[in-house]
Amino acid sequence: MARARTGVRALGAVLAAVLGASLAGCSSTGGKRAEDARKAQAAGRSAVTTPRWTFAMVTHSGDGDTFWDIVQRGAEQAAVKDNIKFLYSHSDEGQQQAQLVQAAIDKKVNGLIVTLAKPDAMKAVIAKATGAGIPVITVNSGSEQSKAYGALTHIGQDETIAGEAVGDELDKRGRKKALCVLHEQGNVGHEQRCDGAKKAFDGEMQNLYVDGTNMPDVQASIEAKLQTDASIDSVVTLGAPFADAAVQAKKSAESKAEIDTFDLNPKVATALQAGTLGFAVDQQPYLQGYQAVDLLWLYKYNADVLGGGRPVLTGPQIITEKDAAELEEYTDRGTR
Amino acid sequence: MSATAPPAAPDRTTDERLLRTSPLRKLLGRPELGSVVGAAAVFIFFSIVADSFLRASSLSTVLYAASTLGIMAVPVALLMIGGEFDLSAGVLVTTSALISSMFSYQMTANVWVGVLVSLLVTLAVGVFNGFMLTRTKLPSFIITLGTFLMLTGLNLGFTKLISGTVSTKSIADMEGFESAKKIFASEHTFGDVTLKVTILWWFALVALATWILLRTRFGNWIFAVGGGADAARAVGVPVNRTRIGLYMGVAFAAWVSGQHLLFSFDVVQSGEGVGNELTYIIAAVIGGCLITGGYGSAIGSAVGAFIFGMTSKGIVYAEWNPDWFKFFLGAMLLLATLLNAWVRKRAEASK
Repeated sequence: MARARTGVRALGAVLAAVLGASLAGCSSTGGKRAEDARKAQAAGRSAVTTPRWTFAMVTHSGDGDTFWDIVQRGAEQAAVKDNIKFLYSHSDEGQQQAQLVQAAIDKKVNGLIVTLAKPDAMKAVIAKATGAGIPVITVNSGSEQSKAYGALTHIGQDETIAGEAVGDELDKRGRKKALCVLHEQGNVGHEQRCDGAKKAFDGEMQNLYVDGTNMPDVQASIEAKLQTDASIDSVVTLGAPFADAAVQAKKSAESKAEIDTFDLNPKVATALQAGTLGFAVDQQPYLQGYQAVDLLWLYKYNADVLGGGRPVLTGPQIITEKDAAELEEYTDRGTR
Repeated sequence: MSATAPPAAPDRTTDERLLRTSPLRKLLGRPELGSVVGAAAVFIFFSIVADSFLRASSLSTVLYAASTLGIMAVPVALLMIGGEFDLSAGVLVTTSALISSMFSYQMTANVWVGVLVSLLVTLAVGVFNGFMLTRTKLPSFIITLGTFLMLTGLNLGFTKLISGTVSTKSIADMEGFESAKKIFASEHTFGDVTLKVTILWWFALVALATWILLRTRFGNWIFAVGGGADAARAVGVPVNRTRIGLYMGVAFAAWVSGQHLLFSFDVVQSGEGVGNELTYIIAAVIGGCLITGGYGSAIGSAVGAFIFGMTSKGIVYAEWNPDWFKFFLGAMLLLATLLNAWVRKRAEASK
């Protein structure tokens, strides 16, 4: 035991030494210092004098998802502006998401924002919320169920319409054979996107399922597909991080396919400018969070409702090389 | 000599270690034999059903897929031979990548500094696992499940706290990135075949682990500890140190994989890696490691990883209906493992 303890102590000493040495081994390019230098001021303060209401947002996000991080950021900034206390929670299990909504109802929040990725699991608890007089707005998924469940408005992208936009864009680019890369097997929204694209696309489109939690495996799977079928001339990934894996797979497979993707992140913005990506379809997650909080505030303050019972669409917005430059700053600060 | 031979029946009149065995018998006694037959079967199967499978470029893709898994399967197999599990191995890879990336970025330090800090912290997690195990005497399943959950939370919490988002910032424009990329994520072209450097890391780790297992004292300790810890302690094997060493081995390989992840994509998603620990264990088991410990080989883990790589990519090459992907994968793995077990039983019966 004593030996192991000295080992730990020695490790600590080495760690301290390296930390010290790191100050000497600085990088003159990139890093935190470069970020600070171009730091954008995005924070604000309350613009209204309405009472401090509490709104809760409960999503079906898994842990550590960039997309939902941006949604949350939009909601938080709208909350600051509207003098709202904002609570966020999430679970990718339908049953647990419903329990989190119940917890928000128990807390007697003044407004509720939920996603309906698993609508059946959420139906009862949303009825409870509306029964308790809490206004509900649905975001992102569940545009079909939103009205029937008693929500004021749905804010999000219609996945089928987004998919169709991709199909049309591929046609415009004269593509013949495309691959749709799904990183979560069994996700209804993902299927809808690929189905929509397949419907609108004049060429042939195939699905490829990959394991989204294992990036090298995603790359190898796309590589394998491109090697099998050299006639594939475009690859569409359903999430920003997977676009980069597709670009590398294309390089290894020596394929000429164009890589396109759903969603944005800093790397996608850079790659669009560099021409390694064809286009990106953005559903503007920031807007989904921001609008949800803002519309709840408008409802409480002025009884305003947007959309007339129909979903308010935040996408699809097709982004190409020429739009990417101005978006880079915003993707860097994590709001696009 | 064969350190991997199963324990002899006690009622033999002659010491079985002194019996002369033919080379064929020796071959049949190797733990990886079953998996080699399984690998050959999977290979022949996909060669027939998928036209593009046999192309050199396709095989290099399969090798790449196998290597990223195989690098981790080697120390996980050693750990299993030593009778323990590590459920934190999958997320530890992500942890290791996150630490290098965030340390370099936040300190605006040369990328190599972050890589070294990451090595130290990752090894410290290995020491923690081993130390907790030997100190508390709790099963490794519980200890490493705890580590798994804690690391998953730390990965997310720290990344969000430090970077402000759930993925790291790109470090591709920082000093030292290019040289580190050469070591951990480069590609080498031979003729029209492009091989990833992870394949070299994989082979090197397999060779090193095989040498340790069969030619060193530490290797004997591993088999002894996995076969029966109390008996091993009674004959003077430092059981605790062996176990801590094995966990550090897992940590080292996690560091290598983590750096590959970081330098091939230069941005790391903090939620990645969950679930991969099972894949490593599966590769080791297909490769002939017994879940109860004391039996197995490093080469077997490599063959297991290769079977997994062939199956998961072969399904793509064969262009089977993707709706059934997971089913095919499961069925192929089950068949390979059954064949493996059958061959081993035949081999042992013929002794």
